[in-house]
Amino acid sequence: MKLSPLYGHGVACGFPSPADDHKEAALSLDEHLISKPAATFMARANGDSMMGLGIFDKDLLIVDRSLTPAHGDVVVVALDGQLTCKVLDQQQGRLLSANDDYAPIPIWEGQELIVEGVVKASVRYHRPR
Amino acid sequence: MLVLVDCNSCYASCEQIFRPDLRGRPVVVLSNNDGFVVARSKEAKLLGIGDLEPFFKVQHLLRAHRVAIFSSNYPLYGDISHRVMTTLREFGPNVEVYSIDEMFLDLHGLQEDWQDYGRKIRNTLWRNIRMPVGVGIAPSKTLAKLANRAAKKIPKCDGVCALDTPEKWQWMQRRTAVNDVWGIGRRLTKRLADFGIETAYDLAQANPKILRRRINVNIERTIEELNGIPCLGLEEEPPAKKQIYCTRSFGEKLTDLSPILQAATLYASRAAEKLRTQKSLVKSIHLFLHTSPHEPNYYSRSAVVQTQYPTDDTRVIVRLVREAIADLYRPGCRFMKAGVGLIEIIPRALGQGDLFTPGQSLRAGQTMQAMDRINKKFGRGTLFLGAEGIQKKWKMRQAFTSPAYTTRWGDLPRVKT
Repeated sequence: MKLSPLYGHGVACGFPSPADDHKEAALSLDEHLISKPAATFMARANGDSMMGLGIFDKDLLIVDRSLTPAHGDVVVVALDGQLTCKVLDQQQGRLLSANDDYAPIPIWEGQELIVEGVVKASVRYHRPR
Repeated sequence: MLVLVDCNSCYASCEQIFRPDLRGRPVVVLSNNDGFVVARSKEAKLLGIGDLEPFFKVQHLLRAHRVAIFSSNYPLYGDISHRVMTTLREFGPNVEVYSIDEMFLDLHGLQEDWQDYGRKIRNTLWRNIRMPVGVGIAPSKTLAKLANRAAKKIPKCDGVCALDTPEKWQWMQRRTAVNDVWGIGRRLTKRLADFGIETAYDLAQANPKILRRRINVNIERTIEELNGIPCLGLEEEPPAKKQIYCTRSFGEKLTDLSPILQAATLYASRAAEKLRTQKSLVKSIHLFLHTSPHEPNYYSRSAVVQTQYPTDDTRVIVRLVREAIADLYRPGCRFMKAGVGLIEIIPRALGQGDLFTPGQSLRAGQTMQAMDRINKKFGRGTLFLGAEGIQKKWKMRQAFTSPAYTTRWGDLPRVKT
């Protein structure tokens, strides 16, 4: 997306546009949401377990694999061979949903939890596409 | 130092990135048209599925072991390969993309614990992309190849091998047959045996001047490289291709001429497009047409035709190709495959005609440029010659294609929430 700031136009003669001295690159949503493109993938949310954090069915998830997951992060994990989005509770060693209908998922001692990436942002569409 | 990074079972690994359920399981990827097995995960290799086995021959084995089967998904592989390249550039700006799954990285002047550094590269590519790789590090390309091979073959290496001192590379060379050295083919191996050269070490110790005289200059370079003296630089810009081939099996066996002509038209158009991308013109074209070698009455013919003048005009190339293919065609045969090869190529800059032998017209060049630009902007196949046909029944069969997870909005991976 390009949100255009002031653009100076080449004026052949006459008074030069004062905006020319303040030209900046257009804003890019990519740049805002994605810091490491090669390590980032986009995914589609599927379900209602993360509603409490504002992630709804069909929302777009921006997932960065290069980030080290920290306590409280929204993460994508490989759970039973399936990509699943949860909140990482490192202190109690569990995965939390953001919906009371879903119980926390304990991570047992010795069980390997594979974090596929940290959800940096989610995009919600307010008009059906 | 030079680093050679090589993706393990590249295509199969790509298919596992968004399918954690397939990690650690047997996975194969089939060639264009689902003809052959072109990639096998480690687990599939252990089942005894060989490289380039015809799909129909191993189908029962794949089914019996519940192997995950995929058709080639080039949009996915291309994107993942690009991510690997981009990530490597963080370690050093000079990267040579040797192929879709192999890259050289030049770290000249850097001082590191190379084993550690290689591990860092490997871990980063796994964490950021989920691509498993082998990393070989050495002062020359030939040694880096040797190191990369060791990284994969020797379990203790666990995917990383640095041959950064003469002691280390000589140790490895003593355990490496000479035909496993980069650039030493079967015929050369036989010739070297006459000189009593059996291992990579023997070759490294041989007299380069004598072998140069008796064999060729390349062998001298290989010897230098084996002794840690780099002779082959990085090629960051790939050189223009000297030949461009577009050959493919049809989705079904074809007996009528007209769908064969349509397919040949498409192949010729693709080849012409590639020709223009690398700013070249073609002078002669190789064509072939054949039935299945697995069926009785195998029939195969080929021809070479000359263009009137060096050209990159799809329409001119297609016209020649169609005439020639019609000549090769024989009624009653069940044709399986056709191919178009642009075999004599010159740089566009050399293609100017003179008063007596006019070259390609300016207009023709502009028309082709316009067509390429439109296809680039709106997607391949937006503009094409009607001669390709509209309903392409002979089109590639790709029965097991996975989603283009990273390049198509409708194909994004689904995450359970």
